Amino acid sequence: MMKLWFKSGSPWIWLTSAAVSASLIMVLAVLGLIAVRGTGNFWPHQVIRLIYQEEGNQPVIIIGEKVETSITPAAMAKSAGFKMADNEDALVQYLIKTGNRDVTGTDFRWIQKRNIKEQSDPADMMVVERREWGNFYGQLVEVKESGKTIATGEKAWPVVQEKIENALVVFKEINRLEKKEIGKVNFGLEKLRLKQKKLQLENRWNAATEQKMESEKADYEVEYKQYQEQLSGLYQKIRRDTLIAKTASGSLLEIPLSKVVRVYQPNAMNWLDKIRHFGIKFGEFLSEDPREANTEGGIFPAIFGTVLMVIIMSIIVTPFGVIAAVYMREYAKQGFITRLIRVAVNNLAGVPSIVYGVFGLGFFVYILGGNIDRLFFPEAAPAPVFGTPGLLWASITLALLTLPVVIVSTEEGLARIPSSIREGSLALGATKLETLWLTVLPMASPAMMTGLILAVARAAGEVAPLMLVGVVKMAPTLPLDGNFPFLHLDRKFMHLGFHIYDVGFQSPNVEAARPLVYATALLLVLIIIGLNLAAIIIRNNLREKYRALEG
Amino acid sequence: MTAQHEVRTHAINMSSVLRDKGNQNGHNETCIKVENLNLFYGEKQALYNINMEMPKKKVTAYIGPSGCGKSTLLRCINRMNDLVDSARIDGSILLDDENIYDKAVNVAALRRRVGMVFQKPNPFPKSIFENVAYGLRIQGVNDKRILEETVENALRGAALWDEMKDRLKDNALGISGGQQQRLVIARAIAIEPEVLLLDEPASALDPISTLKIEELINELKEKYTIVIVTHNMQQAARVSDFTAFMYMGELIEMGATSELFTNPVKKQTEDYITGRYG
Repeated sequence: MMKLWFKSGSPWIWLTSAAVSASLIMVLAVLGLIAVRGTGNFWPHQVIRLIYQEEGNQPVIIIGEKVETSITPAAMAKSAGFKMADNEDALVQYLIKTGNRDVTGTDFRWIQKRNIKEQSDPADMMVVERREWGNFYGQLVEVKESGKTIATGEKAWPVVQEKIENALVVFKEINRLEKKEIGKVNFGLEKLRLKQKKLQLENRWNAATEQKMESEKADYEVEYKQYQEQLSGLYQKIRRDTLIAKTASGSLLEIPLSKVVRVYQPNAMNWLDKIRHFGIKFGEFLSEDPREANTEGGIFPAIFGTVLMVIIMSIIVTPFGVIAAVYMREYAKQGFITRLIRVAVNNLAGVPSIVYGVFGLGFFVYILGGNIDRLFFPEAAPAPVFGTPGLLWASITLALLTLPVVIVSTEEGLARIPSSIREGSLALGATKLETLWLTVLPMASPAMMTGLILAVARAAGEVAPLMLVGVVKMAPTLPLDGNFPFLHLDRKFMHLGFHIYDVGFQSPNVEAARPLVYATALLLVLIIIGLNLAAIIIRNNLREKYRALEG
Repeated sequence: MTAQHEVRTHAINMSSVLRDKGNQNGHNETCIKVENLNLFYGEKQALYNINMEMPKKKVTAYIGPSGCGKSTLLRCINRMNDLVDSARIDGSILLDDENIYDKAVNVAALRRRVGMVFQKPNPFPKSIFENVAYGLRIQGVNDKRILEETVENALRGAALWDEMKDRLKDNALGISGGQQQRLVIARAIAIEPEVLLLDEPASALDPISTLKIEELINELKEKYTIVIVTHNMQQAARVSDFTAFMYMGELIEMGATSELFTNPVKKQTEDYITGRYG
């Protein structure tokens, strides 16, 4: 019976299908975990108010969000030093996010379920998201304008909403002025300084140039003064309003509205409000800069840096890979040396990525970049321009890393094109170059896209080499902005992969950062899927267009 | 060795006979003349001292068993064998009294004068229009009016215009095999070559498509010198004016088709056309 069953081949089918199911389940589990953990952070959780009494202590009030539950079996809890009653079979603990780091010094706290005397979720519990010190949990008491109370109690809530909206508009304006306008002035001044130094180095510095430069500088100074005045006005406006809130312990805290991102009362929200809140928070996550050592706010610079780096890498790697593949397949004499090169290229794909990072740092950054600085930017010394890790070197290093996949798949594509097509073209009087350009390369383009897809997938997820050649945890400016020449290849940039590492393991506030790790991981996966999907759609279109002859 | 030598002399004799005959008729001007052609693939010799003449605006057919070198010989006429790294040639082929293996010859220009159609239809994965216009585009012709006119003429020349005039923008890979083969012929005649080389043009087609191609060949010989390689002796008999029989890389016999099929000089030829071997 068993023998027959084995002979029928069904165990083999079961085995293979089990392998497929296992892989599928693992993929779904990974995606599910990061999706749930990542997006949960944006959902407005209930704020609970607990009366908590530890043995032998006075009862205290705790206000916060329940973040995590841990259940420890009695025996284990005992050996860990907890006192357990005989009828208790497990120790239940909650992690509460209590916020108010400026008041209590910590913003997370483990409590035991058995010590909770009373639990409620009053509707007036308020969460204040702040630009400093993390969230605040408590009750709104009153709103002040220039030190004078303008609303208290229940009336204060709509007033504070309105005030914050105004404050946010002002804050945005301040941000725009500081980053964009004053940034432009600073950029211009720095350029002038470099120009002056260059002229001095070249011994062309004289009274005329000095005068010209002084007048330009004066223009910038005037502009800067204007912005400065505007700014101080705005600052006065934004600093005028404050809100007074009561903490769990009953003490009052004054929070300036200039430091507030938003206030909300999650317990009073209905489903629709919550969904709206979730959408806004997620949008902010995608579009804003990080705050508080990357543990709060958005990750826009990291998304931007990742995508830009991948695009620049693609622009570098595609022509290089294609040209190399065309030479090896179409022009080089097929012999021992060509075979050797092909083996070498294939093996290059297996070199650990950190090795590329070391090479990029040693060769591109220090040798190439150093020499570029010496030759073209002597005025910037001792500050390096290209002689330091940056976007260009990161892109080139990753291009080098992904070159083998592009070469290999392009070569395969070229090899698949039937010789009858080439002969057809040559027989019409086309030269080899014309045949390549007009017929062979378009037909091989789906294969090139396949190579590029693999390259993008690998490059977007790579972190180790980037840490050496250009990624930083916090870049003050984006590598693409409104200042000429717009694309700043010498700048350092942020990257999602590194951001995950930094937030997860280098953060001063691990508990607060953890949801962001998941959310960032989810986004990295989504971006890679997106980039791949775009490339796959392009490839399928090309495939349809240049469908090769059958047989 | 002596046998080979004999064959060679015979071939030369045949071609001189042919020329005499042509001169007698007054309109058999020689277009292609092959002289002492030997071809080697590496160490292996594939063609042995071929001598033959192909008259202008006539159809010459090469017949012979598989591997006898007839396609190889055909591909010498537009230097397609240059693409094979190991191929080496000595002797010469004169096209209008010019040696095409001369160092000064531009191979691309030669191929514009000597068009070729292959065994399997090989349209490019482009539109029907672009397929026919390909040769012109390579020559730098981009004037839309000239292109349209040429494409229409070429498609008419290949008896394809009526079928294709409404679907010029369609992908050429979407039409039938027979249509593809005629499209490839249209592509070849769009650049107005002097010679058309057809390498078993109907072997991959069904009988009706084959018939169409054969009719087409009959029309095309008004304007072009045609050399056709075929496995099919009936086809050779139907379409050609002259037939060359090749065996093991040697030219055994060449003559007017009607004579070669009815009254072959050589025993080998007779055996082959009566189906005793090959």
